[in-house]
Amino acid sequence: MTPMKIPMASNSGLTRRRMLAVLAGGMGFAALAPRGALALNTAEARALIDRAVGEINSVINSGMSETRMYAEFEKIFARYADVAIIARSALGPAARQASPAQMAAFTASFQTYISRKYGRRFREFIGGRIEVTGARQVKTFYEVTSIAYLRGEAPFEVRFHVSDRSGRDLFFNIIIEGVNMLATERTEIGALLDARRGNLDRLTADLRSMG
Amino acid sequence: MTPSLPFPRETRPRALAAVLASALALSACGAADVASRDAGFNDPYEARNRAVHSFNKGVDRVVLRPASQVYGRAVPGPVRGGIGNFAGNLGLPAAVLNNLLQGRIEPAGQNGFRFLVNSTFGLGGFLDPATDMGLTERSTDFGETLHVWGVGEGVYLESPLRGPSTLRDSVGAVVDIFIDPVGAALDSPETEYVLGARALSLVGDRYRYSDTVDSILYESADSYAQARLMYLQNRRFELGTAAESDSYDPYEDPYGQ
Repeated sequence: MTPMKIPMASNSGLTRRRMLAVLAGGMGFAALAPRGALALNTAEARALIDRAVGEINSVINSGMSETRMYAEFEKIFARYADVAIIARSALGPAARQASPAQMAAFTASFQTYISRKYGRRFREFIGGRIEVTGARQVKTFYEVTSIAYLRGEAPFEVRFHVSDRSGRDLFFNIIIEGVNMLATERTEIGALLDARRGNLDRLTADLRSMG
Repeated sequence: MTPSLPFPRETRPRALAAVLASALALSACGAADVASRDAGFNDPYEARNRAVHSFNKGVDRVVLRPASQVYGRAVPGPVRGGIGNFAGNLGLPAAVLNNLLQGRIEPAGQNGFRFLVNSTFGLGGFLDPATDMGLTERSTDFGETLHVWGVGEGVYLESPLRGPSTLRDSVGAVVDIFIDPVGAALDSPETEYVLGARALSLVGDRYRYSDTVDSILYESADSYAQARLMYLQNRRFELGTAAESDSYDPYEDPYGQ
């Protein structure tokens, strides 16, 4: 199998990342502004994932230490994913009984847990790349399709589901060859909660050191 | 999130599985054959499946995982890759046969050319020049053939040593043993060499996907439920039957799925 070459030079990746770091500061404010009639469309959904994938690509080929990579993945995840809705969906019906304070604490722990867990998976992508190939509307949201090229592996499909229902354009699900993050995390978080006899506060405390 | 399954398709120790899966298929035949095509699953034998899962985990912990660590460290990567290629190449005639049984001519041609190219220019399949020519493997099996013929997936079954499966795919795996043209073409001792190469290829895959397999088997809160979910989702994706779960919108209903 041909070793895959990295399309993005680390220089441009760095510039881009620095640019995005600056821009990300402004994004918090942008989220507060009303969106008006500007609804998300296919091109915007694709552009969002293009940016996220560009950042992921530059991190997996940056040669930085794993610990730093996790930190970078956590930032990318927090910036491009709707962690609140992912956390709520992972918790499932138990989220209904939780107080707003409990949900906020759970969401914060969940963010650390999930970016560490998925960041570690992305380690397997080192030396590879992800390429966005298309986007389409599915019911109420947009699906962006990409192909992951890993060293010594047959290329495989990664889909991102994007919505603006949170008030910002963010992705809320990743589907790798059919394996769906929301469903996987619903199963995992459900099992963790069961193991703690449904005690959400204990789960929130434990989750921070997991993943 | 896993780029590969807990028990990749290529890693089935086929001969042993044949005996065990046929016994299973018979015992499961009395059950209602309900194909669940959403995120759901039909797992009436969960207690038995969980017992098999514990057994499989034990086998992994005591035999497969340690063997893969030894193999992975002792044998250089290119040699492991060559053995994996060789075993994979010998799976192609069966894939071509299944492609044809499904009436899918184009993948049959691609797998057939791949087999010819790698068996000749690839020095008996140890090298993989076909991939560089764009002739990647279009993997299939008799379980998929049954699906094309209209058979539903049936109950979920975790098979001893083979791992996650469904009734349909377990039956398919047994049939695959008997219809394999390579098995029919070879005699002893070649049959043993092929079996050996397939076993080594399995051990090599366990080493290669070590992080992923370990994370599912040993780091998830309920490895049985996680393996079941991932297997079914990935299998339905392969067969093109993943319908509802792929259009789930948590903004509509964050508690449903």
